Amino acid sequence: MPMELANVENIAHLARLHLSDEEKKEAADSMSNILKLIDQMQSVNTDNIEPLAHAFDNVQRLRYDAVTETNTRDELQKIAPEAEEGLFLVPKVIE
Amino acid sequence: MEWETVIGLEVHVQLSTASKLFSGTSTEFGAEPNTQANIYDLAMPGTLPVLNSEALKMAVKFGLAIDAEIGKTSVFDRKNYFYPDLPKGYQTSQLDFPTVGKGSLVINMEDGTQKTIGVTRAHMEEDAGKSLHEDFHGKSGIDLNRAGTPLLEIVSEPDLRSAKEAVAYLKKLHSIVCYLGISDGDMSQGSMRCDANVSIRPKGSTELGMRTEIKNINSFRFVEKAINIEVERQIDLIEDGGTVTQETRLYDSEKNETRSMRSKEVANDYRYFPEPDLLPVVIDDSFIEAVRKTLPELPDAKRQRFQEQYGLSEYDAMVLSADLDTANYFEEVAAACDDAKLSANWVMGDLQAYLNKEELPITQSMISAEALAGIISRIKDNTISSKIAKTVFESMLAGEGDADSIIESKGLKQVTDTGAIETMVDEVIANNPTQVQQYKDGKEQVIGFFVGQVMKASQGKANPGQVNQMLKEKLSQ
Repeated sequence: MPMELANVENIAHLARLHLSDEEKKEAADSMSNILKLIDQMQSVNTDNIEPLAHAFDNVQRLRYDAVTETNTRDELQKIAPEAEEGLFLVPKVIE
Repeated sequence: MEWETVIGLEVHVQLSTASKLFSGTSTEFGAEPNTQANIYDLAMPGTLPVLNSEALKMAVKFGLAIDAEIGKTSVFDRKNYFYPDLPKGYQTSQLDFPTVGKGSLVINMEDGTQKTIGVTRAHMEEDAGKSLHEDFHGKSGIDLNRAGTPLLEIVSEPDLRSAKEAVAYLKKLHSIVCYLGISDGDMSQGSMRCDANVSIRPKGSTELGMRTEIKNINSFRFVEKAINIEVERQIDLIEDGGTVTQETRLYDSEKNETRSMRSKEVANDYRYFPEPDLLPVVIDDSFIEAVRKTLPELPDAKRQRFQEQYGLSEYDAMVLSADLDTANYFEEVAAACDDAKLSANWVMGDLQAYLNKEELPITQSMISAEALAGIISRIKDNTISSKIAKTVFESMLAGEGDADSIIESKGLKQVTDTGAIETMVDEVIANNPTQVQQYKDGKEQVIGFFVGQVMKASQGKANPGQVNQMLKEKLSQ
């Protein structure tokens, strides 16, 4: 199933990516190829094979519930584009 | 047409861990902005999440408390959306394999009826930060202290049929999470937040109507009001020939209305995919059993025990067991004065009235359980009447000491001297011949008048039971 341009545009919008017409075309081709590969993989018989949730066949390690971090606000706000009164400033959010 | 309301609730509960879900940053409430937001919480490149074991235990604990299936393998997913209070650009959540699966809980309505409400699932996820829409030269200020705080999102089945049932469900959930000690449940501070999915359908229909989701409901009272106002809106809309659109609406408590959140997004498309930075979380039976051992007595069990052990009515037992601190306080009073019924009446009556008036939690009551038991003990041994006990209670609130010293210093001791009471009774009878005649003519309720007169003469210090009995004897002579 080839990737339609409209789908590419929708995904680009959701991901907040601006693509030129040329890039959209390129993306549609690459994504179509990926879908082709997936179609090919779908043809493999996977009966009786348990699905993996992760490429590593391993389980998550846990940590103790302990506070290990200290206040690093000043250092972090130094590298932020803008901060004031301890807050990070961003373009106004209107909902 | 008669309409039926269908409600499902999504409740976010902040888990009371010391550190965040995926980092060792403190979760303490009320810190200066961004002093609890580190490189992990700010999504600096190269940082990786590690799951907090306590948050996982708390989620499992909740699952066991509502008899839910526990996901032995749970998987975290990325829910992608852009908002400045979410530095990563995605929320780490759980989609297909949540930690807690299907379960249920029983809600208790005020009329004493019960109903079982299904819980679809409860999944672990991280909280976002806060956008402060104050005007910083035309910009928004962001505080990321809350970003990464562990949440348990509890999703109910669409089993609720009225705003009252929704409130009862929310109260039960609140009670359970507080009993379990997995959250402080403080709605005013956002520790428990509620979204409601609301739809209506013709009564008798089995199909679900188009639903709207109401956000921003942050108190028990608002849940009821917001749902009622939304149901009204949907009925008006349909009866005027319109249709309900699936959308997210915001509840405005000041105007008591819901309004559409005009989001430019065509539809929510979060493009979920498995979180590659986290491996599947696998727990075994021994983990689950170890958590089960930490389960306390839960509200339903406590209510039942209160009925059996103390002989309380179902209603009293329900009210006293709803809040753990209240339940503990009541048991302390009952143990100290050895009269459960009187203890229940005082805790639910005068004490609760005082706490409501002062807006205090029971743990900050001016009157300790022991002090209240002191008053009740003096009622029990007939030192004071119930009416005088209220005076003692008021004096105690004014900081005038314990029950015995107040009774002593104010001379509130009940008159039990038969001779003294008899004199007063005789006087009252002699002074009110009209009422005596009425009583003798069969108007027995006049006895109340006589009791009142004698109590007045004794300045409230006579024992009403004793007065009543003596009056009856004398009047029938």
